[in-house]
Amino acid sequence: MLRVEDLVVRYGNATALDGVSLTVNAGEMVALVGPNGAGKSTLVNTLSGVLSPVSGSVQLEGTLAQVPEGRQLFADMSVADNLQLGAWRSRRRSGARDPRRVYAVLPDLERMAGQLAGTLSGGQQQMVAVGRALMADPDILAIDELSLGLAPIIVSDLVEHLRMLNAERGMAVLLIEQNARLAFDLCERAYVLEAGRITSAGTCVELARSPEVARAYLGVSGEAVTVIAAGATDAGSPVGMAGGGSA
Amino acid sequence: MSAFLTYLISGLAIGCTFALVGSGFVAIHRVTRVVNFAQGTFAVVAGMMAGSMLGHGLPHGLAEVIAVVLAGACGLAAGVIAIGKPGTPTLSSLVITLGIAIGAYAVEIVVWGDQPVSYQMARGSVDIAGAHIQTQYFVVIGATIAIFIALSLFFSRSYVGKALTACASNPYAARLAGINPIRMGLIAFTVGGVLGGLAGVLITPLQPVTFDADVALAVNGFAAAIFGGLNKPSAALVGGLVLGVTEALVAGYYNASYQTEVALGLMLAIMIWQARKRLSVVEEVH
Repeated sequence: MLRVEDLVVRYGNATALDGVSLTVNAGEMVALVGPNGAGKSTLVNTLSGVLSPVSGSVQLEGTLAQVPEGRQLFADMSVADNLQLGAWRSRRRSGARDPRRVYAVLPDLERMAGQLAGTLSGGQQQMVAVGRALMADPDILAIDELSLGLAPIIVSDLVEHLRMLNAERGMAVLLIEQNARLAFDLCERAYVLEAGRITSAGTCVELARSPEVARAYLGVSGEAVTVIAAGATDAGSPVGMAGGGSA
Repeated sequence: MSAFLTYLISGLAIGCTFALVGSGFVAIHRVTRVVNFAQGTFAVVAGMMAGSMLGHGLPHGLAEVIAVVLAGACGLAAGVIAIGKPGTPTLSSLVITLGIAIGAYAVEIVVWGDQPVSYQMARGSVDIAGAHIQTQYFVVIGATIAIFIALSLFFSRSYVGKALTACASNPYAARLAGINPIRMGLIAFTVGGVLGGLAGVLITPLQPVTFDADVALAVNGFAAAIFGGLNKPSAALVGGLVLGVTEALVAGYYNASYQTEVALGLMLAIMIWQARKRLSVVEEVH
């Protein structure tokens, strides 16, 4: 579905990505974790075509839609307009612009349809941002910082929606997260990006067992690691998050 | 009283044309961040084109439509030159539009000569409260109302209009959605050209237009446009009307030589007052 090979991206003389390779298979949920400034947003912006790589390749079968960091809604436009504009690439296909396609998945959006996007709460805005990306009927959804600035209960609601979209539509998800607990809980595989390079990769269970990853991203050490890893194998139980289910 | 009414109506009509020029500035700036110095040129080209078409015996309506289409084409051409190359800095685009405006003088003189052009659109006058008011003024006011309604529907209801608004609201998110900023910029320039052209065909019957009339139109239109921070067409309408009426009253009761200066001074005062109001809100928040 998505195959990135040896990607190099520079801002002037500064190298943001230094030979990054990763794959996302159809219907798979993959996490990309790493500290601030590691190049996570650079990577996803390159996948979206906003940035051009110096070298390396991005092979994509199907369409990718990005939920950008900080939501980036059209603040002075209505929720319905925001959703409609998400379908810009497929605008000529009949019915492509109809936001009801997304209301079926995210019913809360229908209630807010007429409100200006800028007047919504952070969690509602994130839901609009996800909805806007879904309007493009993506085969792979790249979400940049799903949980940033949101209350845990709202995050777990969004996560449930993502699980459902993944299960029902077979939509692949590339989740870029600073909150590694959340990412490891949701995804099967993960990559760790540090200073523009992939430093670890594997299944989330393996990564959670690795002492370096656990220390750096899960904020635990020693025996606690095994507990987390065991929790992560127990599918469906949100590890380290307040509350499950929907808000 | 009848004199006042005459000044008021004629001021509103002139103000409408300023508002149209101003909304052209807004249409282009909100999408491209470029202040288009060639905005007055579109009006002059359309006014002169309509004049010469009517001189060749074309009927009213058709001549104006051709002139406005030509102005739209000029807008598109100006856009291609000013922003067509990806990565052109905004300031460079701005200087390019200035160059286009000056270069256009030569073309206008070669094609239409250096004499003022005018024509009559609506004959006769209407008597209101003892004042003779030319029908022409009402045509301009009515047409402007219709144009602004159409413009607001275009930006808020049509899909392309929404995409233009999206580019103005969040260019990064618009790019992520696949909206091409250069293509949208060219559409914005075309809309700006059409709006400038509409101003031109409406103002030429009120004031004869010469090749260098673009400066006065652009100065007034720009003043109307910055009334709303160059981002709101509706504010450009209010700004244009305030300017037009003030100029007409100054010219009528005092001296036409000072009309533009007084009107621009008033605009400046209003904007300083608005900025202070905004500043005091900010202070309260902090």
